[in-house]
Amino acid sequence: MGEVVLLRDVAKVYIMGEERVEALKGVSFSVSSGEFVSIMGASGSGKSTCMNVIGCLDVPSSGAYLLDGVNVGERSNNELAEIRNRKLGFVFQGFNLLARTTARENVELPLVYGRLPAAQRKARALAALDRVGLAGRESHYSNQLSGGQQQRVAIARALVNEPSIILADEPTGNLDSKTTVEIMTIFQELNRQGITIIMVTHEPEVAAFTGRQIIFRDGLVLSDSTGRPGTGAPLVEARL
Amino acid sequence: MSTFLQSLLIAVRALRVNKMRALLTMLGIIIGIAAVIAMVAIGAGASKMIADQISSIGSNLLLVIPGSMTSGGMRSGSGSSQTLTYDDARSIKAECPSVAEAAPTVRGSGQVVYGNQNWSTVLNGVTPEMVVVRDWALASGRNITQSDVDGTTKNCLLGQTVADNLFCAADPIGKVIRIKKIPFTVIGLLGRKGQSPQGQDQDDVIYLPLRTAQRKLLGSQFPNAVGAIMIQAKSSEVLKKAEEEVTALLNQRHRIGPSREVDYSIRNLSEILAVSEQSSKVMSLLLGSVASISLVVGGIGIMNIMLVSVTERTREIGIRIAIGAKRRDILLQFLTEAVLLTTCGGIIGMLLGVAGARLVATLVGWPTLVSLNTIVIAFAFSAGVGVFFGFYPARKAASLNPIEALRYE
Repeated sequence: MGEVVLLRDVAKVYIMGEERVEALKGVSFSVSSGEFVSIMGASGSGKSTCMNVIGCLDVPSSGAYLLDGVNVGERSNNELAEIRNRKLGFVFQGFNLLARTTARENVELPLVYGRLPAAQRKARALAALDRVGLAGRESHYSNQLSGGQQQRVAIARALVNEPSIILADEPTGNLDSKTTVEIMTIFQELNRQGITIIMVTHEPEVAAFTGRQIIFRDGLVLSDSTGRPGTGAPLVEARL
Repeated sequence: MSTFLQSLLIAVRALRVNKMRALLTMLGIIIGIAAVIAMVAIGAGASKMIADQISSIGSNLLLVIPGSMTSGGMRSGSGSSQTLTYDDARSIKAECPSVAEAAPTVRGSGQVVYGNQNWSTVLNGVTPEMVVVRDWALASGRNITQSDVDGTTKNCLLGQTVADNLFCAADPIGKVIRIKKIPFTVIGLLGRKGQSPQGQDQDDVIYLPLRTAQRKLLGSQFPNAVGAIMIQAKSSEVLKKAEEEVTALLNQRHRIGPSREVDYSIRNLSEILAVSEQSSKVMSLLLGSVASISLVVGGIGIMNIMLVSVTERTREIGIRIAIGAKRRDILLQFLTEAVLLTTCGGIIGMLLGVAGARLVATLVGWPTLVSLNTIVIAFAFSAGVGVFFGFYPARKAASLNPIEALRYE
């Protein structure tokens, strides 16, 4: 399996006024195609910064980040936007759907920026909604959907462009435990279908759904449970 | 194109979300555009009123007046020469193809008496062409005819002011009045023409047959001379050409050459009209520019609301950027929204402006003119206001850092 994500000695330094904040101090790891990885760590450990770098929302100060073998550090803003559009799918903690917009239109959004014709957009959006079990809800507005349903719409939006990776930032942070299991089961199902997923979380129970846990501390990788490819055993009983 | 359509759809949706706010924001532009259109319409109406007044003299007119005369080394003023004649007028009409009519006239003044009333007025000796050239309809009676002129009859036409002063409300037709003690029969009453652009009462006049005036009333040593010839060109386009033809003809007839000074001058009455029109145009411009200040104020309102909107929708912008929207897409989206606001405001303002102009026209009786030009310019201007005042907020939206935008609460 090829390496979808390769970080080599990635450092990120923010300069805030007089202060130099070293968010990442040289992080190296790789993620192969088809993995389901969780990134854990306390706040300030650098996990979010790492996620932003992987998500092409930020570029490393030093080191190299290769996405699908392409060095992302040397790309312009417009090229990064295109990479995000084609190769990445985002799922956020706060769902981040557009208000007063139907589920289908939310899912179509990446395709709009990908300049796809309307008919194709509609077909692919409906297919993506079907994959997350929301068939028939496509014309519901975001505020008419429950938290779990909204997050599923967000997952469908991340899926719709058939990205190389889905990046999820605390996707269950705003959900109750039952819905959390529901969402994580969807992620596991998608992973079984071959989609690479990288997820940030601070809950070990959620991380347990994933096949590999990388733990950050003070801008460095503290531990990496590599060697357990595939899907971890769901700890449903433990949570309930 | 589809990108543009897409941003238009997004903009329409964004505005629909906040209908009240959108309407209030538009209000500035609505008032601005309505004010510009109404003001310019009123200004244009005023211009037209002035132009109508000026054209009451007659349209496409040239005035030939005699030049100065030198006798015994003493030069008299312009108009003193006696070399312009009735024959000149007749040959101008006959030989100049661009000339429609040529009306010679002599002018004097005198006391007129009817019964126990008397009045001092202007006496004009004219030919039948005069009322045609001056576009002057008769209120009653008949015009002076060529046989009146040739037969030196003692018939006359009265202006309204003269009729009012001599006859009060009575019908003057057929009555005999004394002009400089000579009895004249009133054959017609001229319609009311009102003030000339110079403020003179054009109705305070009596028209007599030209030869009668020359021989019996305004006796001079040159009985054939006329005081002026009014010439009407066939159209405003050939006015200049008519002037050239008349100049050539008169130069030939008067044998103007190196040894002989030009003894007449030609005045173009439309030049006077042009000057007055110019001044009313300046007034329109002034009104329009005052009104356009409110447009600028409206534009600032748009900018303000767009800035608020960008801040409110920071998270939305973050999502869009994360999902793959380019800076350009975000810029276009917010710019489209601003332009949509201003053009909608522009259209509503346009309707209100036209309605306002109509209202002024009916209430005050002041003519107003809404030209297509003003509408097109006002529309373009409102779109321009949208681009100008929408650009800064749109750029602000486009340059948001997606990481911070996504974290924005």
